[in-house]
Amino acid sequence: MSQRIIVRAVELVGSGAGGKGSTDILIADGVIAELGSRLSDAKATVIDADGLIALPGLVDLHTHLREPGFERSETVLSGSRAAAIGGFTAVHAMANTNPVADTVSVVEHVMSLGDSAGYVTVRPVGAVTVGLGGVRLAEIGAMARSRAKVRVFSDDGKCVSDAQLMRRALEYVATFGGVVAQHAQEPRLTEGAQMNEGRVSGELGLEGWPSVAEEAIIARDVLLAEFVGARLHVCHVSTAGSVDVVRWAKARGIPVTAEVTPHHLLLTEELASGYDANFKVNPPLRRSEDVAALRAGLADGTIDVIATDHAPHPQEVKDCAWADAAFGMVGLESALSVVQAALVDTEVLAWTDIARVLSSMPARIGHVEGYDRGIAAGAPAELTLVDPAARRDFEVGDLRGESVNSPFVGLRLPGRVMATIHAGNPTVLDGELVAAERVAAAATKSEGRGRG
Amino acid sequence: MKHLVSTKSISRDEAIDILDVAEDMSDVAGREVPRLPALRGKTIVNLFYEDSTRTKISFEVAAKRLSADVITFSAKGSSVSKGESLKDTAQTLAAMGADAVIVRHPASGAAEVLARSSWIDAKILNAGDGTHEHPTQALLDAFTIRRRLHGDHARGHGLDGCRVTIVGDIEHSRVARSNVWLLTTLGAHVTLVAPATLLPPSVRAWPVEVAFDLDHALAAGPDVVMMLRIQAERMHESFFPTEREYSTHWGLDDVRMRRLPGNTLVMHPGPMNRGLEISSGAADSPMSTVREQVANGVSVRMAALYLLLIGNEAEVA
Repeated sequence: MSQRIIVRAVELVGSGAGGKGSTDILIADGVIAELGSRLSDAKATVIDADGLIALPGLVDLHTHLREPGFERSETVLSGSRAAAIGGFTAVHAMANTNPVADTVSVVEHVMSLGDSAGYVTVRPVGAVTVGLGGVRLAEIGAMARSRAKVRVFSDDGKCVSDAQLMRRALEYVATFGGVVAQHAQEPRLTEGAQMNEGRVSGELGLEGWPSVAEEAIIARDVLLAEFVGARLHVCHVSTAGSVDVVRWAKARGIPVTAEVTPHHLLLTEELASGYDANFKVNPPLRRSEDVAALRAGLADGTIDVIATDHAPHPQEVKDCAWADAAFGMVGLESALSVVQAALVDTEVLAWTDIARVLSSMPARIGHVEGYDRGIAAGAPAELTLVDPAARRDFEVGDLRGESVNSPFVGLRLPGRVMATIHAGNPTVLDGELVAAERVAAAATKSEGRGRG
Repeated sequence: MKHLVSTKSISRDEAIDILDVAEDMSDVAGREVPRLPALRGKTIVNLFYEDSTRTKISFEVAAKRLSADVITFSAKGSSVSKGESLKDTAQTLAAMGADAVIVRHPASGAAEVLARSSWIDAKILNAGDGTHEHPTQALLDAFTIRRRLHGDHARGHGLDGCRVTIVGDIEHSRVARSNVWLLTTLGAHVTLVAPATLLPPSVRAWPVEVAFDLDHALAAGPDVVMMLRIQAERMHESFFPTEREYSTHWGLDDVRMRRLPGNTLVMHPGPMNRGLEISSGAADSPMSTVREQVANGVSVRMAALYLLLIGNEAEVA
C-alpha cells in the first residue's frame, strides 16, 4: 500500500547526531523507519542522494496562498507546488483572503484544500480582527478549536495598530495557546509609503516608509507582551533598529520571536532606482546596513526564523508605475537558494542553523507537529534533499506558482532542491515536481495516518 | 540622447550642448516666420496625465516650431481615467507610430518605466513625474541664468561659481530635484532653504548646502534666488502651521526683496502664489525672470526635441 523509499548516501543536517558522513534513510508508512548505511528494501524506490544534503522539511511561517478570493494570483494548489519545489513541507497560509480567514469555515476550507492538494501541510493563519478591520476581535477561540487547530493569528498586511486592541489580542490568543503574529507598521507614519525612507527615496521622489514606523510598533508590542505575559511573534523584521529592539526584549526575558524574509537578507533599496515594481514590497527593501544587522540578528539568535512572505500578484499590478503597483514578491521557490547565498555561502550560518530557522523553530511557533526531532528514526518523513553545489541563473521558468513577481529573476543563485518528501511521499524528484494527480492520490492514501 | 527622463544622468557636456542648441532655437524665435522644417513628418505626442497648462502649451509650441505633427492627449476625461493602464496607452501610441512621447504623470518614475519598457520605441521626454524630476524646467532655468550672466556670449559656458538658493517645498518638488542635479553638474553652488518638514530625507547626502533660515541665506548674497510654489494642502498635513507663518519665514516679500542687490535673479517656475511664497513686488520686479523663463522654455524644449529626434549630427538650419 504505502510508499517505501530509500534515500541513498545523503549527508544529514539538523539531526540529533549532527555527524558528518553519508547515511541512508528508509522511509515507510509516512515515517522515517531507519537510518544507517547500506540499507536495503526490495520494495523501496531508491533516491540516489550522493552529494546532496538532507534538511528536515522546511516550514514557512508566512505564506500568501490567495485562495479564496484572489485565485488569479495563486491558489492553494499552485502555492503548494511553489512551496514543494522550494523544499517546503508545511506552510502557514495568511488570513488576508476574500473572504478573510476570520471564521471556522474559511480556515477549515483552506486546510482541506491543502490536504487534497497533498504537496504540503497547509496551516491556516486566523485573522486577529474581523475582516482585518482592526476594530473587533475575530472568533479566535472557534478557529483554535476547529479542525484546522489554528495557532497563529495575524492581520498581516495590516498592523493591529490600536494599542488596546493589541493588548486584548495578545491576552485572548494566549488563552488558546496561540500567538499573535504582528505586521509592525505604524499606519499614520506610512500613509502613501512606497519604499524605504532615505537617500534613495529622496532622489526618486517616492514617498518614504520610515524605519521608525516598524520599530515603534515592535517596541510597543514587546512591552505589551511583557506587561500581559503573552507571547508575541513579529513578522518580517526589516530594520537594524528592529533587531536592536527585539534583542533588548529577549535579554529582558520577554517571550518574543521574530522572523526575517529571504529578500530582506539579500536585497537593498538601491534596486528601486529603475522603478521596477518587482522590487516593491512591504516592508520595503532597506539599506545594506539593515541587511547586515538582520544577518547578525539571525546569527546571534535574536531573529528566530526565516519566513518567505510569499506574496503572488498578477502581472498587471506590477507592469505599471511604481506608485500604482502592488506590494509583494513571490519567494517560496527561491527561498533556500537565497538563504544559501546570503547566509551559508557567507558563513553567517551553518546548514544545521538553517534547519533550525527554516524548519524546527517555525514549526514550534506554528505548533506544527513532528518537526521537533529533525531527521530521526520514528519522526514523520518530512525532508528536503538539496544540492548545495548547484548554481543556476534563476529564471521565470524556475517558478511554479501562478505568479511570476520574483525579484530574483536573472540572479545567479546557489543550491537547488532536488527532492522533497512530505508525509512519506515524494512531492519533488530529480528537481522537478511530482505530478499533481500522483501527489493528490498519495495524500489521500496517507489520510488514515494523520497529518504531519 | 536616448531619452530625457532625468537631469541626474546628464553630463556637463551634454547639458551645455542642449543649452547651446537652445540658443540657436531662440534665434529662430526672433525670425519673421519662427519655424524650422527639422521635424517635418515626425509625430510627437503630448501625453498628460496631470493638469498642466504652461508645460503642455510650451511643448506644443516647441514641437510646432520644428514642424512636427503634434497630438495632445490629455488623459483626464479619456479612456485612461477609465482604468486604461500606462502600458496600454503606450502600446496604442506605439501602434500609431509616435516618434516621441512627452509624458507628464502623477507617479514618480512613470517616464522611466516607459523609457525602459518594451511597450514603445519612441523617445521619451519627461515633462514631470510625481515628485521625481522635471528636466526641461531645470534646463530652462539653467538657460535663463546663463543668459542673464553671459548675455549674447552664453554659448559654451557652464554656470561655474554661480550661487543659487532654492527656497520652499523641496521634498515634494520635481523642479528642485532636477535643478539640484543639473545646476551642480554645470558648476553652480546650490543652497536649499526650507523648514525641516519640507526637506527630503538624507538631503545632506546631496551635493548642496542646506539651511533653515531664509534671511541668513539671503544675507550670503546668492546670485540667484529661486522660489518654489507652496501648496496650501501641505498645511493640512502639518508640514507647516499656517500660510502666514510660512510666508513670514520663507516667503520672498518686499522687505527681503529690498535687501537683495539689484543684480540678483529672482526665479519662479510658476504658477505663483502671489503673497505666499513670493510677493507681487518681487514677481514683477526687473530682477524677476518669470516671463523670460516661460519664453526660454520653448527654446529649450525645441532643443530637447531636436536633439532626441535628430541628434546633433545635423546643423540647425
